[in-house]
Amino acid sequence: MLTIDGVALSFEAGQTLMEAATAAGVYLPHLCHHPEFKPHGSCKLCTVKVNGRFASACTLPAAEGQEVLSETLELRQLRVRITQMLFVEGNHFCPSCEQSGDCKLQATAYALGMLDSHFPHFFPARRVDASHPDILLDLDRCILCELCVRASRDMDGKSVFGIAGRGMESHLVVDAESGALVDTVIEVSDRAVKICPVGAILIKRTAYEKPIGQRLYDHHPIQAVLLQADQGGGSCDQ
Amino acid sequence: MADLVTNKILIATTSLAGCFGCHMSFLDIDERFFTLCEHVVFDRSPFTDIKHCGEHVDVGLIEGGLCNAENVATLREFRRHVKILVAVGACAINGGIPAMRNHIPLKECLEESYLQAIGIDSPQIPNDPELPLLLDRVRPIHEVVKVDYFLPGCPPSAEVFWTFLMDLLAARQPQLPEAQIHYD
Ligand code: SF4
Ligand code: SF4
Ligand code: FES
Repeated sequence: MLTIDGVALSFEAGQTLMEAATAAGVYLPHLCHHPEFKPHGSCKLCTVKVNGRFASACTLPAAEGQEVLSETLELRQLRVRITQMLFVEGNHFCPSCEQSGDCKLQATAYALGMLDSHFPHFFPARRVDASHPDILLDLDRCILCELCVRASRDMDGKSVFGIAGRGMESHLVVDAESGALVDTVIEVSDRAVKICPVGAILIKRTAYEKPIGQRLYDHHPIQAVLLQADQGGGSCDQ
Repeated sequence: MADLVTNKILIATTSLAGCFGCHMSFLDIDERFFTLCEHVVFDRSPFTDIKHCGEHVDVGLIEGGLCNAENVATLREFRRHVKILVAVGACAINGGIPAMRNHIPLKECLEESYLQAIGIDSPQIPNDPELPLLLDRVRPIHEVVKVDYFLPGCPPSAEVFWTFLMDLLAARQPQLPEAQIHYD
C-alpha cells in the first residue's frame, strides 16, 4: 500500500507511481509519459512529493509505504511554472495552430488554470519542414518529449526522429542527409506521426476537418480523457 | 477610486496591437451591458472616444500586445492611472498573431509589405514623423508593466468578460472556471 494525498491505494510490483495512480483512477499531470512507451522523465509535469522529496511519478517505482502528495498548492504552482516554461521557450500561437483544442499541452494548461505565460517569451527561430507531401513538421511547437522518437524507433522500427544539440540548443532532427522529412522513410500511417501530444507533427489536409470549438479538449477536461485512455479505454492520440 | 458623483466603478479600455476582436467579444455580453452600466462608467475607451485616462481609474482592460512606441506609451499611461490592469486576449498575453513576425527581421517585414507585395504601385516604406516607430519584436504587455489579471482567449468569450466583471463588482478574487479557459 501507498497513499496519494492521504488516500490509500495498492500497487503491483514493477509498477511506476504513475502506473499505480492511473490504475487507481488518480490523474497525475503528464506530457512525456505514455502508457505504451518506456518512461522518458523529461517534462517534469508529473512531479509529486514522495516522503517529502520531489520525484517524477512516471519514472519512480511504486514502493510500500510511500506517502505521495500531488494536489497541493505548492505542486500546482510548480506545475503551472513548468507549463509556462514550455510555452515561452517555443512559439505557441494557439489561435493559429491546427492542433488547438486537441493539444495535450494546451489542455494541461487549462486543467492547471494557467492564464498567462509569466516569463518573457523567447520567440526562438525554429524550422518548419513542409517538404513531405503528407506530413508537416513545425518545430515551433515541439516540446522535446521524444514520443515520436520512441514511437518511430520502438514501434515503426525506423528511427526517423532523434534529438540533437544540448540545453537550449536541443532540437528535433530527422534521419536524412538533407535534413528534410521527405528524404526519410516515414509514412503517414506510422505511429510516430500520430503520437505527438502537440501540433508539431501534423498530417496535411486534415487540420480543419473538425472545426475549432468541437474538438476533444474543448469539451472534455484532460484529466478525464487521459485517465480513460491510459487505463486502456481507447487512444487519445491524434 | 469610484466616480465621485455616481459612486460607480471606472473602467478604461484600449486596443494596442490587437484587432478589436476582444472589444467586439466584450460587446457580446449583449443586453447585460445595461446591467453593467448600472455599476460602471467608462473612462478612456473606444466606446466613449475619451482619449486619455482620468486621474484615478479602477480597472483597465488592455487588448493587444506591443508593436510600436505608441503602444508602449499608452500602456504606461494605463499603468499610471489604473488600479487593476488586465491583459485581455492572446495578443496582450503572449503577443498573439502579430508576434508571428518576431523571427523575421523588421526590415524584411517592411520590404515585403510595402515594396515587394503583389499589387503595390509607387512602392515606398512609410516614414511620416506622425507614424509611431515599430518595435523590432512584438511583445506581450507583462514584459513591460506589472499586470494584475489575465483573460485568455482569441478572443475571450463574452462569458469570460462577464465572469471577471461580476467577480470584481462583488469584490471577489476573479476566478475563471476551467471550462472558460481557452487560448483560441
Ligand atoms: S501546439 Fe498546443 S499549445 Fe502549442 S500552439 Fe498548438 S495548440 Fe497551442
Ligand atoms: S515532435 Fe512532438 S512527439 Fe516529437 S518530440 Fe516534439 S513534441 Fe514530442
Ligand atoms: S510525465 Fe513524468 S517527466 Fe514527463
